[in-house]
Amino acid sequence: MVCAMFSTRVENKMTQTPILDVQNLNVRFDTPKGEFHAVKDVSFTMGREKLAIVGESGSGKTQTGRAILGLTQGRITADRMTFHGSNLLGLSPVAWREIRGRRIAMVMQDPKYSLNPVMTIGDQLIEAGHRHIGTISPRQRSLEMLEAVKIRDPLRVFRAWPHELSGGMGQRAMIAMMLMAEPEMLIADEPTSALDVTVRLQVLAILDDLVKTRNMGLIFISHDLNLVRTFADRVLIMYGGRVVEELPARDLYSATHPYTRGLLACAPEVDNPKKRLAILNRDPAWANPPPRGGR
Amino acid sequence: MIDIDNLSVVFGDGENRVLAVDQFSLRVEAGESFGLVGESGSGKSTVLRAVAGLLDTWTGNIAVDGAKLGRKRSRDFYAKVQMVFQDPFGSLHPKHTIDRILSEPLIVHDLDNREARVRDVLEQVQLGPSFRFRYPHQLSGGQRQRIAIARALILRPRIILLDEPTSALDVSIQAEILNLLDDIRTQLGVTYLLVSHDLGVVAHMCNRFAVMRQGKLIEVAESAHLGTGALSHAYSRQLLLASKGYDRALVDTFADL
Ligand SMILES: Nc1ncnc2c1ncn2[C@@H]1O[C@H](COP(=O)(O)OP(=O)(O)OP(=O)(O)O)[C@@H](O)[C@H]1O
Ligand SMILES: Nc1ncnc2c1ncn2[C@@H]1O[C@H](COP(=O)(O)OP(=O)(O)OP(=O)(O)O)[C@@H](O)[C@H]1O
Ligand SMILES: [Mg+2]
Ligand SMILES: [Mg+2]
Repeated sequence: MVCAMFSTRVENKMTQTPILDVQNLNVRFDTPKGEFHAVKDVSFTMGREKLAIVGESGSGKTQTGRAILGLTQGRITADRMTFHGSNLLGLSPVAWREIRGRRIAMVMQDPKYSLNPVMTIGDQLIEAGHRHIGTISPRQRSLEMLEAVKIRDPLRVFRAWPHELSGGMGQRAMIAMMLMAEPEMLIADEPTSALDVTVRLQVLAILDDLVKTRNMGLIFISHDLNLVRTFADRVLIMYGGRVVEELPARDLYSATHPYTRGLLACAPEVDNPKKRLAILNRDPAWANPPPRGGR
Repeated sequence: MIDIDNLSVVFGDGENRVLAVDQFSLRVEAGESFGLVGESGSGKSTVLRAVAGLLDTWTGNIAVDGAKLGRKRSRDFYAKVQMVFQDPFGSLHPKHTIDRILSEPLIVHDLDNREARVRDVLEQVQLGPSFRFRYPHQLSGGQRQRIAIARALILRPRIILLDEPTSALDVSIQAEILNLLDDIRTQLGVTYLLVSHDLGVVAHMCNRFAVMRQGKLIEVAESAHLGTGALSHAYSRQLLLASKGYDRALVDTFADL
């Protein structure tokens, strides 16, 4: 009941002012072997919701996220890319500084690469929240964020260097940095892949609450199809740089595209043991543009 | 095959001291595929690093194949025990070709027929010989992880320590790698100690598994019990519940067990 009311509200808001409107986004790289077209005609509009992007390795998920923030090394073109109605294409470096990390934040896929190795976790947290105005000290706020992401020993981790953290602790430090910045829109690239399943759900609950109570928009990139089905509102499935299917997340298991069905068949399941895992037999035709009249 | 008795590992001192592994004991039989799951930061990678000889200070006893291990490991040890690391991006030297990455252990161990061995192992992980002269950044995530597995295989070890070998990969590549690891184990009789957060992967790959929390081993169970839910520790049961997917109301019931 509550859930149904909530989704209508989201749809109403979406028809009014989307947080993000992306039409025919393309990302191209110049390589020694010629042009590589990594993102092809990707279009979506999103409001205060959790939009998941799934797809195999190399399908263009990260490049789509980075393009929204103008962070790809590739060439971006789009018919339209707006954030709360204002144009994101061709922003000046100064204008980007107002948006990046502050109004739109991204949690990167690889914490070991994204954390600064020569700065303590505490200093990185304080830096991430330096624009925040509030009554509690930045240090106190940092410790609270570490506690929120279920770090057992916030004070030690605040003082620690990145190499002194486990894989999942590094990932949670990244999420705590995002919480410090309180963005209006978050692009989370595999934000919980290194976490045990209990802490994973606890961290996702924080993001979920931010979407519901603070109207944050969330793009959630993940390989975990069951998690996407149970967590997200909508899901885009990417293959070869294109969106090949779009579904309400709860209907993911009734997807019709053979690629999506193939991905679903590959995952090992606790209560459905198989002697051997199915592998994906890729069909080159999946990479073709959809026939006219919709995907 | 792997006997760990009363292993403890401490990092740092004073207010930064952390007891990462706390009196941990475990026995893995030859040819077994054993899973290690548990809370993030509970010491799983540290246990693997202690067995692999990558830590300077630890206490307790570790024996492999009946031989007690000291702080420093011999060359023979590394011919017997290899590790695949948690981080597929950081574990391969970025400026070395695949050929060099795979040849180096052969040089260290004075083995001949290097080129043939490199070709063979690439075939085993289903990558063609054309991959030999590429660099890691020219490979996809799944291909890089297959190279990391190939590097572990090339010395024909009896034990492979696998730290979340597929958590950064999509399900289609994960399926290929898990099938490959299965084949290697049946063909060569290798013993695995495998860390994973994915209980589906543990159920599929392992006959038994252990659960860790705050440095301690809290339960050892048959993987078949993941399907039936017959786990004895409340933390393990909570973990199994959490593996079913996201449920906001469920999260509020989680306790620090
Ligand atoms: N700097 C670059 N130069 C050339 N090609 C690139 C560059 N960066 C990314 N690519 C290519 O763009 C494609 C899309 O990459 P992207 O990182 O978006 O994949 P992904 O869907 O996030 O995959 P994964 O699940 O492995 O993270 C890949 O084929 C990748 O090799
Ligand atoms: N080099 C180090 N210096 C200081 N502390 C360390 C070091 N390596 C690990 N630790 C600490 O030891 C504890 C256990 O870390 P470990 O990496 O073994 O956890 P893990 O179970 O593998 O976690 P994850 O699932 O997140 O990878 C953590 O509290 C971590 O901060
Ligand atoms: Mg990616
Ligand atoms: Mg680890």
